[in-house]
Amino acid sequence: MVPPIDYETLRVIWWLLMGVLLIGFALTDGFDLGVAALLPFVAKSDEERRMVINAVGATWEGNQVWFILGGGAIFAAWPFVYAVSFSGFYLAMFLVLAALILRPVGFKYRSKRPEPKWRARWDWALFVGGLVPALVFGVAVGNVLTGVPFRLDSDLRAFYEGTLLGLFHPFSLLAGLLSVAMLVLHGAAWLALKVEHGTVHDRAQRFGQVAALVAIALFALGGVMMATMGYGFRVEGVPDPAGPSNPHLMTMVAAPGAWLANFATHPWMLTAPLLGFTGPLVALAGMRARREVLAFGGSSAAAAGIIGTVGLSMFPFILPSSIDPASSLTVWNASSSHMTLFIMLLVTCVFLPIVLAYTAWAYKVMFGRVTLHEVRTNPDFY
Amino acid sequence: MVDMAVIELSRVQFALTALYHFLFVPLTLGLSFMLVIMESIYVMTDRPIWRVVTRFWAKLFAINFVLGVATGITMEFEFGTNWSYFSHYVGDIFGAPLAIEGLMAFFLEATFVGMMFFGWDRLSKRQHLFTTFMVALGSNLSALWILIANGWMQHPTGSHFNPDTMRMEVTDFGAVIFNPVAQAKFVHTVSAGYVCASVFVLGVSSYYILRGKWVAVAKRSFTVAAAFGLASALSVVVLGDESGYTLTDNQRMKLASLEAMWHTEPAPAGIALFGIPSMEGRKTLYEVKVPYVLGLISTRSLTGKVAGIDELVVKAETRIESGIKAYDAVEKLKVNRGDMTARAVFEEHKLDLGYAMLLKRFMPDPRGATPADIEKAAWTTVPNVPVMFWLFRAMAGLGFFFIAFFAAAFWMATIRRFGCANGFCRLFMRAAVWIIPLPWLAIEAGWVLAEIGRQPWAIDGVLPTFLGASSLTVPQIWTTIIGFTALYGTLAVIEVRLMLAAIAHGPIEDHALAGPAGAAHGQSAHPPYAAVPAE
Repeated sequence: MVPPIDYETLRVIWWLLMGVLLIGFALTDGFDLGVAALLPFVAKSDEERRMVINAVGATWEGNQVWFILGGGAIFAAWPFVYAVSFSGFYLAMFLVLAALILRPVGFKYRSKRPEPKWRARWDWALFVGGLVPALVFGVAVGNVLTGVPFRLDSDLRAFYEGTLLGLFHPFSLLAGLLSVAMLVLHGAAWLALKVEHGTVHDRAQRFGQVAALVAIALFALGGVMMATMGYGFRVEGVPDPAGPSNPHLMTMVAAPGAWLANFATHPWMLTAPLLGFTGPLVALAGMRARREVLAFGGSSAAAAGIIGTVGLSMFPFILPSSIDPASSLTVWNASSSHMTLFIMLLVTCVFLPIVLAYTAWAYKVMFGRVTLHEVRTNPDFY
Repeated sequence: MVDMAVIELSRVQFALTALYHFLFVPLTLGLSFMLVIMESIYVMTDRPIWRVVTRFWAKLFAINFVLGVATGITMEFEFGTNWSYFSHYVGDIFGAPLAIEGLMAFFLEATFVGMMFFGWDRLSKRQHLFTTFMVALGSNLSALWILIANGWMQHPTGSHFNPDTMRMEVTDFGAVIFNPVAQAKFVHTVSAGYVCASVFVLGVSSYYILRGKWVAVAKRSFTVAAAFGLASALSVVVLGDESGYTLTDNQRMKLASLEAMWHTEPAPAGIALFGIPSMEGRKTLYEVKVPYVLGLISTRSLTGKVAGIDELVVKAETRIESGIKAYDAVEKLKVNRGDMTARAVFEEHKLDLGYAMLLKRFMPDPRGATPADIEKAAWTTVPNVPVMFWLFRAMAGLGFFFIAFFAAAFWMATIRRFGCANGFCRLFMRAAVWIIPLPWLAIEAGWVLAEIGRQPWAIDGVLPTFLGASSLTVPQIWTTIIGFTALYGTLAVIEVRLMLAAIAHGPIEDHALAGPAGAAHGQSAHPPYAAVPAE
């Protein structure tokens, strides 16, 4: 059977879907990460902390699936990217996994015992579980933009030649901090929306405003660094977008400045960075005007815009290699087969709407602000 | 050449994280459905005690569930981190069930589990029962998809090697999904989870009954567990793993090795009850055999032959020889994609390509292999026979034991109504407390059996395990092994303590505990249900 959609189109669709997944993760689990990172700062007493935790209590678990599905979907649609990136970022991945393991346990176990010492420890675990993934994801994206030190042999086996510390350089650190600011902003916006008016709510808005300003500054600085350092790669000659997924069948080279040049070639792409700047501004304005829905919309737009900027600037690259550009992974050479992409698209078209429908129902059921009264009386609360 | 230290450490890490993950999953699989049963009775009878029963087990479910989810995160990424070449080589097929698992199962269970815990006051009774059912459905669907993935590793149907992309690609997705090995594994594994949860509920309930605490809740839970456990224990054994063992050479090798059948016997073959298999001598010492049984079970006939290890090794030798031709063709196609002669040779021998790769353990290029090398490589297709032989006997023995155990429990709960003469009931209940760990032992043994039995292959007949690992260094893997062990060890201690504390606490809704330290006790909004009378 030949799938009724051509290979090139399917590859572009799956590139878009990868973006949808990443943005979906940032928009949903992103605020859980931000909330966890904010926990020690916006909430001081135990009751305040329980308010914050229960603001994401019923929904973080579903949100986290965006991350897990991200892993699974990249495996299915971009097996090369899954294989090379996760083994390359080996120890960084371990840090993220360990932090993300602490987080669910922290949510569930913290309130199982009343001792302040026990709860303080889990607060610490939750803080780490929020901050570390946010930071490392950003650092990883920073490295993807500058290129990752790997090469492929003739069997297409990947060899990674970097170290854990090598991942941290000025540009990637900037990307890491931007990611933290973006998710803290989003978390603050969620808290302002989800907890009752009072101290915690006001603290969240104050931290959110700072995070918005920091995000704008770092995003701008990232653009400046991008322009001066001139990162970028390009495909040489005319690639066959429907050819077999084998990097050795096409030629990629380092091309300083190519990432920014993408925006000049396709001016419509500028909507993404534009969103990346206006989003935090809107969030800032929303928080100052105490219009929480507007602020949450702004922080969502910020995350979508910033992630979109990265993806669009690199197209068609997904994972360029800094030491051997010819091994770089692109939309045209790193996907699954034509058949698998088609089948997975069918599955997605059937199940994603169902997922979105019951997720919406869950949010509807849990609608309303968390109150101190509820924290004190509801036996099912964390 | 292959660094075997990296391979062995990667295997150790995968085994540690998978076995640990699978301490929590079986209880989730079974307890979620038992919650559905309990809550259904509550909704149908409207008797508050069943609400207490449901909420109590849901509390224990929650403590367990979270670690299943948390440790599952590692599993989703570990193929990429530690088995990079495997991920590239088979991701086109293997990745799909993992992605579908996320989309179809993880979202379902994770979204509804939040409402299950937080929705008691916000949902109607029926809506809440629906969310509980969705959690059970989601967790069991996740087992289905991961076992479709694992089933494909055991019996890789619906796919072929594509020399243009140097990897396996899907040819028939339906064959991957409806893989008979995967179907058998699914039924076997979820049934084992149901047995595990039933033993757990039965043991804890017995403890309460023996202590005279929460007897009304405990007797009801005991009855549910006895009935559910009996059905599941029968299902584990009867619909067991056996059905796939005659499909392929590798499945036959697995059967031969777990039976320590070194030589093909005239049909129908006998089954060994006892023996000490020796890898060096390639024979089994002190064997005690029951005639005919193995042949009957595995071929469902009197005339079907069960192949022995030596016969299968000889077959592997021919397949290695054929595989070398496929390997040579692939190397030629790497240089010149248009080489039609090479393509024709490849097409003829492609099913044996994986066998040639077995030689890579001994030499970088399989084309230089001597007949002695080929024989040596063919013998590497035999898994560790003594381990297989004894693990299988431990697992199967426990499986039969659980049938008898639940039959007794069922008799006690339904016919005797917990009142037996001469103290048999109390004795049984005391035993029920002590055997709580046994299903976990059987289940972990089953996992090791399935995975050791597939060795030396990561994908049976397609990709040897030693080629699948990432290009990592030994210190890197040690770092993560130590890290995971420390993290998982700490969490295990905490989990067991919380579980024991929750059991000691019982089904009472002591709401003051949820408040901050030092909050006033005894102001519970819900009356404690300790006063619910036994009938």
